[in-house]
Amino acid sequence: MQTWTTAAYLIAALLFVISLAGLSKHETSRSGVVFGIAGMTIALVATAIVALGSASGLGIALLLVALVIGAAIGLWRARVVEMTGMPELIALMHSFVGLAAVLVGWNGFLEVESGHLQLAGSLLGIHHAEVAIGVFIGAVTFTGSIIAYLKLSAKIASAPLMLPGKNVLNLGALVVFAALTVYFVITPATWVLAVLTVLALLLGLHLVASIGGGDMPVVVSMLNSYSGWAAAASGFLLGNDLLIITGALVGSSGAYLSYIMCKAMNRSFLSVIAGGFGATTSSAAAVEGEHREIDAAGVAELLSNARSVVITPGYGMAVAQAQYPVADLTRKLREQGVEVRFGVHPVAGRLPGHMNVLLAEAQVPYDIVLEMDEINDDLAETDVVLVIGANDTVNPAASEDPGSPIAGMPVLRVWEAGNVVVFKRSMATGYAGVQNPLFFRENSQMLFGDAKERVQDILAELKTREPVG
Amino acid sequence: MIEAAHAFGRFFTGQVTAAGKVPPAKVLVAGVGVAGLAAIAAANSLGAVVRATDPRAEVAEQVRSLGGEYLAVEVEQEASTDGYAKATSEAYDRRAAEIYSEQAADVDIIITTALIPGRPAPKLITAEQVASMRPGSVIVDMAAAQGGNVAGTVAGEAVVTDNGVTIIGYTDLPGRLPAQASQLYGTNVVNLLKLLTPAKDGQLVLDLDDVVVRGLTVAHGGETLWPPPPVSVSAAPATQPAAVPQAEPQPEKTRSPLARAAVGIAGALALFLVTAFAPAELAGHLTVFVLAIVIGFYVIGNVHHALHTPLMSVTNAISGIIVVGAILQIGTGSALVTALAAVAVLLAAINIVGGFAVTRRMLSMFSRSPGRS
Repeated sequence: MQTWTTAAYLIAALLFVISLAGLSKHETSRSGVVFGIAGMTIALVATAIVALGSASGLGIALLLVALVIGAAIGLWRARVVEMTGMPELIALMHSFVGLAAVLVGWNGFLEVESGHLQLAGSLLGIHHAEVAIGVFIGAVTFTGSIIAYLKLSAKIASAPLMLPGKNVLNLGALVVFAALTVYFVITPATWVLAVLTVLALLLGLHLVASIGGGDMPVVVSMLNSYSGWAAAASGFLLGNDLLIITGALVGSSGAYLSYIMCKAMNRSFLSVIAGGFGATTSSAAAVEGEHREIDAAGVAELLSNARSVVITPGYGMAVAQAQYPVADLTRKLREQGVEVRFGVHPVAGRLPGHMNVLLAEAQVPYDIVLEMDEINDDLAETDVVLVIGANDTVNPAASEDPGSPIAGMPVLRVWEAGNVVVFKRSMATGYAGVQNPLFFRENSQMLFGDAKERVQDILAELKTREPVG
Repeated sequence: MIEAAHAFGRFFTGQVTAAGKVPPAKVLVAGVGVAGLAAIAAANSLGAVVRATDPRAEVAEQVRSLGGEYLAVEVEQEASTDGYAKATSEAYDRRAAEIYSEQAADVDIIITTALIPGRPAPKLITAEQVASMRPGSVIVDMAAAQGGNVAGTVAGEAVVTDNGVTIIGYTDLPGRLPAQASQLYGTNVVNLLKLLTPAKDGQLVLDLDDVVVRGLTVAHGGETLWPPPPVSVSAAPATQPAAVPQAEPQPEKTRSPLARAAVGIAGALALFLVTAFAPAELAGHLTVFVLAIVIGFYVIGNVHHALHTPLMSVTNAISGIIVVGAILQIGTGSALVTALAAVAVLLAAINIVGGFAVTRRMLSMFSRSPGRS
């Protein structure tokens, strides 16, 4: 009985590894998902069979009902979600894992309390420590993800919450957690675990609330990582290797993604966690100058004379839902023999790879969507760059003004191109709160208004230019 | 270049017509100096396939910028510090000769511009290589005045070899373009005069620190100043600057190797202690845990940037594996445990199904552009 469950878990774990490996390339990504689903099915079936052996009739009925309802809700959400709403959905799902981990942790404790699980000596102590850690990680993930979800869906302001001494608060919470864990191991009592849970919930709240909207890609992948660690902690608690393996896989992958995001912003992980951009006292040189405006007809003129065009999208494109007209524009220009490529900054949008998903949704071929490193050297030879809803990721101050808060952050060097057209609603600053000297450059021009409408205007202009017949 | 086109007597662009396919002319430019680059640009704009060789690897970029293909001679070569080509090493010559042999048989036009200041022009193309070229091919030897880069060049004349290859060795190319040549020469002289008379008053001021003036000065104030010290031109290869930008951002980020080793040892020690004193069961789990983390890092390490979002939603779905834990707890304890476990199952199930479904939806949207591979 036990052996074949372990065997099934082993196969499932292998399938998960293969699934993640498959996702590293476009060609194999779809089969990767299939492997993942297969692994999950095997794990579920094996576990269900084990549960059937021990659980009561009521338990099994509950299990089935919960599974079916959960699956139905999941399918429904996945079907209706807008691609621009992807970050919110993923953040919300992280919170589910977190909450589930909290519940599993509490159950682990209650099982011992009710005398259902017999443990003695050091094993009991370890068990309690595992409960505490599992509940703690799960609770931080839960509230953190909820806050991230609320911020991403603009239900609460995305500006960082600035409590006095917030770093001390975070550190203090960790210290208290460690103390409570030790206390809980020595004298396991319900109230200790309850205090610990509340503490973790508050920490998660505060942790994410104090991070600004611009850092959301890091936060989401960080929470992804946490949800993995939460699963792994539950695995230790239940002595289940599959949970441990899977949790560790997810946890390290999330951590790696966070690392990539942080590197893309040239900031250390700790500084992102410790708080938003607004905290830095800016000594940046004040940017002054005249910007030039351009109208849709002017942009159309520029584009029809260009040989190569690079489009750098940012969160603004997602907000304006401009990806479809942008894709139409791309298609039109490519038909006219213009080389069109996309330059995507690693932290553009609110989720790692967010822009790629949006462009894919609008059927922009993925092989013309390039990463910052791939396109930066070509920008100097590009005739026209269209900056659509991006700001901080194309800010020359990052590489030229050492006093700027975003100094040292790698950016797309769009200002090296022949012409830069910036689509923007107003002259306001981006999430980092930094003025962008790009707008005042001699080769850049501003096109104000809603990105979607402006792109449609340009399309219409291009159509009128076409030779009839 | 224009002379070559004239003697070649065909158009350069490849064309596919109803009457059949015409391959584009292939041009090899040996020696990428000012004349070589001009030749590359001219040939490229006429539609030919252009290849170029030069001992200085740093010109590769210039060649490419004009639409040519740079053929590197892969031999360790001392970098030129004065921006002009130097004489080449023996190993280099051997490899270069092979390249020229291959190319000679393949291309239609060769333009040689290789000149080394103060020496006879290097022989680049041998008589055999000339013989291997197709009849009707053209060689323009712009180094003819200094002895020529090509075996068989006759200075000042265009000769046709036995196998129909035309070798143009005009030494009076400037004279064939009198207007432009005069203008360019005039500009040079004017600039020199400007440099020598900085005050613009006709007074000659010799600034011996100026590399140009120093190089021109043979004798001054009773001293013989010839030969001048070697010139270091800004066109010399920039090997140093590459290191600078790396050093700039965040110097404190790179910890000393000692500190890093200390952290590593401390981590390993901590892991050892935890595992050594843990009960056997926990130790087994820890092993699995640590190895899985490492696998996770390596598996994710080379994920394509565009797939980060699908990756996250899949890991999200997979972390719904916590359902396994909840299922195992359901119905094994009090009613409270069962209820909590059921809620956990519900949540995890949303995650699993939702995560996989949304990933499939996303991936089905990624499409390749038609006609590209």
